[in-house]
Amino acid sequence: MSLDTPALPRSGLDPFSTDFFDDPYPEHEKLREAGPVVWLERYGVHAVARHAEVHRVLNDWATFCSSRGVGLQDFSRETPWRQPSLVLETDPPEHDRARKVLARVLSPLTMRELRDGFAAAAEALVAGLVGREIDGIADLAQAFPLSVFPDRIGLARQGREHLLPYAGLAFNAFGPDNALRREAMARAAPHVAWVTEQCRRGNLSPDGLGARIHAAADAGEVTPEEAVLLVRSLLTAGIDTTVNGIGAALYCLARFPNQFQALRADPKQARNAFEEAVRLESPVQTFFRTTTRAVELGGAILPEGAKVLMFLASANRDPRRWDRPDEYDIARRTSGHVGFGSGIHMCVGQLIARLEGEVVLEALARHAAAIEIAGPPVRSYNNTLRGLARLPLRIR
Amino acid sequence: MKITFVAADGTRTQVQAREGDSVMHTAVQNDVDGIIGECGGSMMCATCHCYVDDGWTEAVGGQEEGESDLLDCAASEVRPTSRLSCQIRMRAELDGIVIHLPESQL
Repeated sequence: MSLDTPALPRSGLDPFSTDFFDDPYPEHEKLREAGPVVWLERYGVHAVARHAEVHRVLNDWATFCSSRGVGLQDFSRETPWRQPSLVLETDPPEHDRARKVLARVLSPLTMRELRDGFAAAAEALVAGLVGREIDGIADLAQAFPLSVFPDRIGLARQGREHLLPYAGLAFNAFGPDNALRREAMARAAPHVAWVTEQCRRGNLSPDGLGARIHAAADAGEVTPEEAVLLVRSLLTAGIDTTVNGIGAALYCLARFPNQFQALRADPKQARNAFEEAVRLESPVQTFFRTTTRAVELGGAILPEGAKVLMFLASANRDPRRWDRPDEYDIARRTSGHVGFGSGIHMCVGQLIARLEGEVVLEALARHAAAIEIAGPPVRSYNNTLRGLARLPLRIR
Repeated sequence: MKITFVAADGTRTQVQAREGDSVMHTAVQNDVDGIIGECGGSMMCATCHCYVDDGWTEAVGGQEEGESDLLDCAASEVRPTSRLSCQIRMRAELDGIVIHLPESQL
């Protein structure tokens, strides 16, 4: 009898190719059914696509660390493209100190403060779209977050067009050195320059959320330099993700008209309708971790320093965890989905994302009689984010 | 082991729990109304607020660090027995625990 561990199932899949992005679901299923851990030959990394293993990796930060990068690059061997994030790309204890500041700025208490203003803005925007043919992405999924988030952060008006390209760049950078990443890097300079400048205290309005992060530096919780990087986290992760989340919800409600009618009948379901869209579409598709020691995972032994690719989107449709996984059901109990991650790195902006999604869907439920697809949707390609570039809709 | 949930209207539901699982997770897995657990147990949301029955507060123990900040934002009244149910892990001493649910979580 051999003492070797059984050979891992292998896959030749390129999960960062546009062919895969066009229809990832059959490939997700193959990965899940191949085994709890699969070796991806193309990039020489381990992959997990079942809910149980994804959840385990997300919740064991000591073994599956983030400080060596949450993309394909290993920061212990390669130089990151920018100074690493103080929350996303760190481990405890450094992580916890920075996270605490962001968590307080984005707390349930802050949401109470923001709710009425966000709801009124959503009402006004949606009321103006009823009876029209619109692009659900530009006219609503982008328009709404861009109308409320930068103002609340306290950003200058000029230059906001850099926000979405900067986020697209950051999320492409987690992927391999492919055409998407290279093209994003080639166009990066002006976006990076603007965002870097806007994170400075003097460029943020004193009554915004960005200023509250800088105030934490006055209290000695973080250094002034760290405060700048934490504001950068808000700008990187706070907009494009929410745009794709709202876009996902519109795409779901248009494809499942009975679910939109259920939402109209009970607009209070808006929050869960948004959450379920995040589960089903998973705007953030993947993240990596790096092993800090040799570890057993799903019967396989991973060496120290192994990159592990987590297919969050596949975990969110794993039939081992979810009933009717491919169906959009606004009444589903969604707790436990990993669309916002899980564990200590779980999206620190999840409450503001949910608030934005909720108020938009509630406004739609109150104003629109139906949402119909009015033309072919066009996919937007990114190494990490899943979403549409265009979604022609008829709002009745 | 077992957990009994008592809804705000007095309805009692007894469910099986596994050692090591949180009270929140057990409630969600068993479709118990009154616990949402929006953040999946990452201590971000305060939608798994519960009141530990007076007879069990000692066995359960006090709040974890950061819990009271979140409970300040809970939708229903906060009492001395308030806890986030995601922070209560099931163990032998808690077999049979009684958990009261608030009127609303959002």
